[in-house]
Amino acid sequence: MNSSMSSEVDRPEGGAIEQLARDDVERKKFLKMAGKSMGAGVAATGLATFIAACGGSSKSSSSSAGGASTQSGTTSSGSGGDLAIVNYALTLEYLEAQFYDKVVASHLFHGAVLSTLKTFREEEHQHVTALHKVAMSLGTPAAKPTGNFPLKSAAAVATLAATVENLGAAAYLGQAGNIKSKEILAAALAIHTVEARHAATLNTVLKMSPTPDGAFAKPKSMSEVLAAVKPFIA
Amino acid sequence: MTTSKELTSPELAPIEVHGISRASFILRGAITVGAAYGATAVGPYVGNALAASGSGDIDILNFALTLEYLETNFYKHKAKTVGLSGEAKSLAALIAGHEQQHVDALVKAIQAAGGTPIKKPTFVFPVTDQASFLKLAYTLENVGVGAYNGAGPSLQNPAYLAAAGSIVQVEARHAAAIGLLTNQSVTPNGGFDKPLSKAQVLKAAKPLIKA
Repeated sequence: MNSSMSSEVDRPEGGAIEQLARDDVERKKFLKMAGKSMGAGVAATGLATFIAACGGSSKSSSSSAGGASTQSGTTSSGSGGDLAIVNYALTLEYLEAQFYDKVVASHLFHGAVLSTLKTFREEEHQHVTALHKVAMSLGTPAAKPTGNFPLKSAAAVATLAATVENLGAAAYLGQAGNIKSKEILAAALAIHTVEARHAATLNTVLKMSPTPDGAFAKPKSMSEVLAAVKPFIA
Repeated sequence: MTTSKELTSPELAPIEVHGISRASFILRGAITVGAAYGATAVGPYVGNALAASGSGDIDILNFALTLEYLETNFYKHKAKTVGLSGEAKSLAALIAGHEQQHVDALVKAIQAAGGTPIKKPTFVFPVTDQASFLKLAYTLENVGVGAYNGAGPSLQNPAYLAAAGSIVQVEARHAAAIGLLTNQSVTPNGGFDKPLSKAQVLKAAKPLIKA
């Protein structure tokens, strides 16, 4: 992951995220700087291509690829912003995938609920793979964060899962309007509704409404989401 | 994909809807094949004001409105005809309220854009009991997710994209809730809810729209 990129992106995500959650000025700087990793001529991976590549495939991206991580003097209009958004989503997906890994390993759940959680785990890993590929096509992908999730009881974990999924859905909705590439937007929409399905399922299991926002789901901003996930980053 | 033969044949009759304006009827004759969300089957639903505003967006909103009318009718009226009970009844009531709000919002958006919202079509739902009702509900919600995801990137106006995103998230939640109730997958498409083309959506919806 070495690149000529500014060190902020290379720093463990915990540091960068903490900073972002605290400071909106820092967030703007991050977005600007993350955008600079976009090399000239690098195109976003087509939706069909990366979904095909990621559907069921457990191949990881070649670590020697390193992405097109040149420090570009110019940021292509919007594409730098897209990389920042993709990396933001990737960070959240890394956390969700890790969370479900731990949940499944905890042996707190059994039967149908366990089966559902395993499915969600698989789907979050698919999201990680896909978003990592897209990030690679745009520049330097976000580093994998280290999650820190309390696993005290089945009820507490299920509640946490619901919180995380509802937050994830709101995060995607919050960024939809900011994505410049139509292909990346299509990918984000395809993931967004899956997070919504996860959220609604967990809400229902917890005997809460599948639609806590009613008829119109509410978006959350990047700073709001990062502040909310901060406690779960080691 | 829709072919020109389909567009001019009597098979198109089932997708005509009540309240279609005369101007739209004439427009229908000029429909060309090929536009994903432009002037194909949505053409008949489009009013005169198209030329002035972002006609592509209005087409898409009217297409969404057709689906929302369909869902509202299904959850409000067909649900009563069939007679639901327990969780199915309360979930249908919850969803009906949402779909009506979606209808209202889309009608307002189209009018604000200077477009003409399609008139509410009449529908026919081949379901007779709770089980078949829920089975169709599952299909409708999942098709709805695909429809919005398919249309979303074509929207020019960012406000419409925000609205579409807000609505489709709720449709996905509906789909999951119904899946849970009926022991079907809450994520039938796996990790990615693939976008559906207009043709794919109409294939599911057409049989339910009465001539």
